[in-house]
Amino acid sequence: MAINSLHVNGSATSSDWQDRYFHIDQILDQPGPRTDPSFLAGDEVKEFLRDKCKILVIGAGGLGCEILANLALTGFKDIHVIDMDTIDISNLNRQFLFRQADVGKPKAIVAAEYVMKRVPGVKVTPYFGKIQDKGDDYYMEFNLVICGLDSVEARRWINATLVNLVDPDTPESLKPLIDGGTEGFKGQARVILPTVSSCYECSLDMLNKPTTFPICTIANTPRLPEHCIEWASVLEWPRVHGDKKLDTDDPDHINWLYTVASARAKVFKIEGMTWSLTQGVVKNVIPAIASTNAIIAGTFIHWDSSCCNEAFKIATSSAAYLNNYFMLIGTEGVYSYTFEHEKREHCPVCGGEALELSISREWTVEQLIEMLTEKQTIQIKKPSLSTSTRQIYFQAPPQLQKATLPNLKKKVSELVEAGGEVIVTASTLPFNLSLIITYT
Amino acid sequence: MLKILSMKKNEDAAAKRKPKTSAAQIRVQKDLTELDLPPTMKTHFSDPADLLNFTLTITPDEGMYRGGAFVFSFTINNNYPHEPPKVKCTQTIYHPNVDLEGNVCLNILREDWKPVLNLNSVMVGLQYLFLEPNAEDPLNKEAAEELRKNREVFIQNVKSSMRGVHIKGVQYAKVIVQ
Repeated sequence: MAINSLHVNGSATSSDWQDRYFHIDQILDQPGPRTDPSFLAGDEVKEFLRDKCKILVIGAGGLGCEILANLALTGFKDIHVIDMDTIDISNLNRQFLFRQADVGKPKAIVAAEYVMKRVPGVKVTPYFGKIQDKGDDYYMEFNLVICGLDSVEARRWINATLVNLVDPDTPESLKPLIDGGTEGFKGQARVILPTVSSCYECSLDMLNKPTTFPICTIANTPRLPEHCIEWASVLEWPRVHGDKKLDTDDPDHINWLYTVASARAKVFKIEGMTWSLTQGVVKNVIPAIASTNAIIAGTFIHWDSSCCNEAFKIATSSAAYLNNYFMLIGTEGVYSYTFEHEKREHCPVCGGEALELSISREWTVEQLIEMLTEKQTIQIKKPSLSTSTRQIYFQAPPQLQKATLPNLKKKVSELVEAGGEVIVTASTLPFNLSLIITYT
Repeated sequence: MLKILSMKKNEDAAAKRKPKTSAAQIRVQKDLTELDLPPTMKTHFSDPADLLNFTLTITPDEGMYRGGAFVFSFTINNNYPHEPPKVKCTQTIYHPNVDLEGNVCLNILREDWKPVLNLNSVMVGLQYLFLEPNAEDPLNKEAAEELRKNREVFIQNVKSSMRGVHIKGVQYAKVIVQ
């Protein structure tokens, strides 16, 4: 690119306006009391931040817009963004990279174009689709990943993916994950160093369970408009439409639910039924507040924590990063608290044990199981074994035990490739054990 | 860029390469292989390679539903155990806590689900519904009302529904096993 040829030691390019980096350079030109010993003040760190650091933003919604703007303004120049959603009119109050004319267009693409137009010199590469579309090679390219997601499932997926990516022999394979989330006046930001610090799965039990109502209340004694909406979506929709899936993004489907729920609300003399409540309940919409997003995404850079502040600190080593969980409670006054969430020993993603096991190519599955039960250091009672693609031997239920029984006589080397992984579960194991099989 | 892996040097660097299998998948494997079911319950996998979709057949050996075979479908998604398994009765049965579409009213399948619960607890919970049908949480209101008002008639209705007859215009599935 023409811009790059004008670069001198990561300092301002022709596209950077005068004094663009005046404030940020105050931090990068000399170490401070809390800088990491590895901090290299001056040109080197600037060059890394501005020319080399490749950062991925997942989600271009409420938090995503703030994150993208902050990153671009802080001086990150190679930003990628993934989002699978399109812009809805209700997003416009807080997702400031979008305009009314953009409604219906992909968030990632519009956000990327807007940031590039507004901040000259930054390259934002959008991907309109699911994070699951991309494989390890894609995620391996980045130095840092920042998430502004609204789903537990997506967070669990990216967390597990980044944990799996870590190879102790290649330091670059460890991608810090900065995860932000907001709900009304509350928010949180955390730094996950996969395999080093507590991961998303470690803290899964801290999540509130989603609001659900007993199905019998919905069916018989509705008292709230929400009960009528749940009745329409959980019971009436499948009854009337059969296998046709409810698409919560389809206004016609919401219309149908609204009509059906309103009729029921009338019968039970329940007030307060509205179209937007219907949409809110079925899409599990949580109230979004622009200023909470802004805090979490890091506009208030002097706060000890915020997603982009953390990205900057980790990328530059210019100050100690968040260790590791920050929460903001803005419901009554402003209260924030930072603590270290500890790794869970038996976390299904980052905990547990991996054993490297070297066996003969001639060994049968039966011999392997015998070894697992007898070996002093392992001693597993009744282990069940599988690989990520097939079952090797299951102790229960009876059908699967019978189906996998013939495998006992087979050689392990027929079922598992060298270096392949075997997942072992057993009631005596807290969660699971993974075996990396190599052959002698 | 912060040198993070060097901070790990005190740890045993050799181990810790992690599974590609999803956490949900491992958890399902753990749940299934540790199932401890009485002879009255059997699982069936139409595709044994697919652990996330299967059926459970309950054949109560006591109570008013004795002699019937009740088949439930289990659908588990990748957010398990954050989300409960989806369970439906595949037959039209006469039961106060199961509606005619097969929806089941069992607290641990919805509002009281917790990740510490497992497939075994759900299955035991389902079987319990056949031993102690509960008129307080009705999904089939008529059945529940009958149970509350006139237990004898209710039991009579259960018996005939299991043979596959009409009751008040509803054709029930024949679930009797010999």
